Amino acid sequence: MRIAVALGAALALFMAAADAAEYVAIGGGRFASVLPADANAADVAIAPFRLRTEPVTNAEFLDFVTAHPQWRRDRIARVFAEQRYLERWQSATALGDRTLPSWPVTQVSWFAARAFCVSENARLPTWNEWEFAAAADATRADARSDPAWREAILGWYARPSASGSDEIGGSANFYGVRDLHGLIWEWVDDFNALLVAGDSRDQNDPDRLKFCGAGALNLRDRENYAVLMRVAMLSSLKAADTTGSLGFRCARDIEVKR
Amino acid sequence: MKTLRRALLFALPLLFTGGIPPRAADLPGESIYHLPISMVDQDGYASALADRRGTPQLVSMFYTSCPYVCPLIIETMKRTQQALTPAQRQRVGVLLVSFDPERDTPQRLHEVYQQRKLDKASWTLARIEADDVRQLAAVLDIQYRLLANREINHSSALVLLDSEGRIVARTDKIGEVDPDFVASVQAALRSAR
Repeated sequence: MRIAVALGAALALFMAAADAAEYVAIGGGRFASVLPADANAADVAIAPFRLRTEPVTNAEFLDFVTAHPQWRRDRIARVFAEQRYLERWQSATALGDRTLPSWPVTQVSWFAARAFCVSENARLPTWNEWEFAAAADATRADARSDPAWREAILGWYARPSASGSDEIGGSANFYGVRDLHGLIWEWVDDFNALLVAGDSRDQNDPDRLKFCGAGALNLRDRENYAVLMRVAMLSSLKAADTTGSLGFRCARDIEVKR
Repeated sequence: MKTLRRALLFALPLLFTGGIPPRAADLPGESIYHLPISMVDQDGYASALADRRGTPQLVSMFYTSCPYVCPLIIETMKRTQQALTPAQRQRVGVLLVSFDPERDTPQRLHEVYQQRKLDKASWTLARIEADDVRQLAAVLDIQYRLLANREINHSSALVLLDSEGRIVARTDKIGEVDPDFVASVQAALRSAR
């Protein structure tokens, strides 16, 4: 009997380990973000971090709301997620047939995405971390200056049907991360930090007063439309918003060994 | 008998709970007081954000080393307050939370409190942890980012919370009193009565 319990526990542990999301280490470094680090268009410094190789799925999010029922769509405080939160699911605790367990979860708010990551001992990536990882193609850490790469990504953004109704499993990039482009939009932790000047001619803009310090920063690399569209989309969101094509993945700090 | 005594022990405090806010479960879903944020004020006192429940609140965010817009935010909040009658003024809390927990210690907040001659009865300058700054700004729909030179780039808004912590009005007008916003404050006071 005791042996059976021990075996059961070992099996459960094994299965939990098999289920656990995969994270890969990303080295970080100096990076020419589309959002400069200051008004002098400086590069940003990105510390090494770990990133989930795949977006969070419906099945994983269902496990999360089952374990943490305050995030169920019928129990969540409205301040944390608007009406459409997980609307495509059949019920608060069942996916139904309009979406698959293996599809990326969408219709989640920033608060809910954040809470999920905490439950996985992780956090949402920052914009710069996401952008850094997403600059890679299959063989290069930074493929952004390659017109063919830009073209391929833009092809997806031009498709009108991006809806989160697709299987995860795009090809792995340089770091082993999948589906940063081509599947869904993704929350970042500092989505409300992406404030930028609408255009560079606004030195005497009456809205100047809305911004403290250096004023709104100007975007760099304006030809990188795919990334700029992400910035525009994320900066238009409120934290309780959800959309049918907006999901997320999580990140972790790398412990520095002394 | 024992049960009765125990019931009385539980009931007794309830008889005197006039000032104790109801449990979070009774909070309206739209209330920002669902956020479990703890604050430390300019005098070093700790409290929970949700402790503000029961009185309408004028809320904004700032940082003390900001030379230009942030003093204007304080001034605008003062003038909005002055547009109310003295009786109305007593019934609105003013809460200004720092974006900059690293530099804005309670001591630093206290200095600004003195310099700006803020009204002790109604004003709180508060420091909250960095992770909570991100959440509070998100829920108030205020954008901010830390720049490499340690300045903080941020949008400015005054937000009005009703006595349950629901956002009922906001204004982006800084440097002048927004009459519509003042009217919203007065309306919130009428319904809080």
